[in-house]
Amino acid sequence: MQNTTIKTWAWVHKWSSLVCTVFMLLLCLTGLPLIFHHEIGHLLGTEVEAPAMPPDTPRANLDDVLTVARAQYPDRVVQFASPGEDDYNLWFVTMTPTPEPTTDFRSVVVDARTAALLAEPRFDQGFMWIMFKLHVDLFAGLAGKLFLGFMGLLLLVAIVSGTVLYAPFMRKLQFGSVRRERQTHVKWLDLHNLLGIVTLVWLLVVGATGVINTWADLVIKYWQHDQLTSILQPYQGQPLVPAAQRAQLQPALEAAQRQVPDSRLFFVAFPGTSYSSPHHYTIFLKGNEPLTSKLLWPVLVDARTAEVTAAPSMPWYVKTLLLSQPLHFGDYGGRPMQILWALLDIASIIVLGSGLYLWLRKRKTAPRTTAPAASTATADNAESAA
Amino acid sequence: MTQPPKYRHFVFLWAWPIALGLLTAVGLVAALFSEDGWGDHLAALCLGIPVLVGLWFGWLRRQTPRRSE
Repeated sequence: MQNTTIKTWAWVHKWSSLVCTVFMLLLCLTGLPLIFHHEIGHLLGTEVEAPAMPPDTPRANLDDVLTVARAQYPDRVVQFASPGEDDYNLWFVTMTPTPEPTTDFRSVVVDARTAALLAEPRFDQGFMWIMFKLHVDLFAGLAGKLFLGFMGLLLLVAIVSGTVLYAPFMRKLQFGSVRRERQTHVKWLDLHNLLGIVTLVWLLVVGATGVINTWADLVIKYWQHDQLTSILQPYQGQPLVPAAQRAQLQPALEAAQRQVPDSRLFFVAFPGTSYSSPHHYTIFLKGNEPLTSKLLWPVLVDARTAEVTAAPSMPWYVKTLLLSQPLHFGDYGGRPMQILWALLDIASIIVLGSGLYLWLRKRKTAPRTTAPAASTATADNAESAA
Repeated sequence: MTQPPKYRHFVFLWAWPIALGLLTAVGLVAALFSEDGWGDHLAALCLGIPVLVGLWFGWLRRQTPRRSE
């Protein structure tokens, strides 16, 4: 590789990394507990468990479940209702002041068989909530998400440029060489290269899917505009269906499930909420196969008549978004995968930290006048040392 | 050691990174296609190897690495 080419890539690697490193460290650190959020919930006792009952216990009417939830917060409306992710014997009902998106929400957990009130967990406070918000949007809503997404793009640039630089750095070194006998910074340069290359594909995938996830809100908005506009044409000009004029949810749910056989409920979005229309219960179903269980099938059910209006199949861009979620969370391969996700996350933290250390050290030692050339100093150093 | 021919040098440099990258990719995809089954085991194996490689060369192997020259 030409010396000037190396210099250019080194410049790209330095600046793309420098800008995003602090945020990536934050994301790696806050992501670590999020990998184990279920387990931590169990430990902290915040995870709600359904009492044991025979498996053939009949399920309660969903409208009775909603009545219980509404009784807890008479001044709020239901935005979403979903069965427990791991336990279908639970209903989670999300209550907010209006159907508009908000962080002011309360959750009511109801037994799916007896319609008994089980708990009112606060998901919007505590350690895990802080980790979650710092990881997702820095408490800054869509702007925060998009900002982190941009930092993620810089991470991808840093990964690609780092991979290009791997060649000149490792030209004369055996794979996995860590020159401990030399100065500390040489050892850390070797560890940076080793762990960088070990985590390369994983971090590329987790980074890219994380970036895609930051666009989720926009993708859903675009999907509604792109796919629902024509479906909603007949409803144009009509206001939000008032709660008193809405059909029961149970028959609406059953109508939706008849529409998409061999599926199970993921969640129900109520009229006027961000995932629905003002005139529909939008019932999101997912498949029963490993791959289809990661995809969603929305069924729009008329909120007045409980009749299915449409069950549009998701376009490629929503499917991409949906498939990028498990690939980011690492929640699709059981406990071993969670542990490997955590180890790779820690390795990434070491790559970020060592990169920062190497830059700080070079900045301290490099004379001011040669600063522009300093970015290649490590490469030269590595080569002369090899 | 004399400078190896181009392809040998490419293999010397990239054999490990490419192998680890392919393993990771297979591991990430495998578990998407199975539920609690072979895919999960394959994924654990494929993602586990890069982690072990990092641990081994980074920390566990203590003797001075042999130089290629």
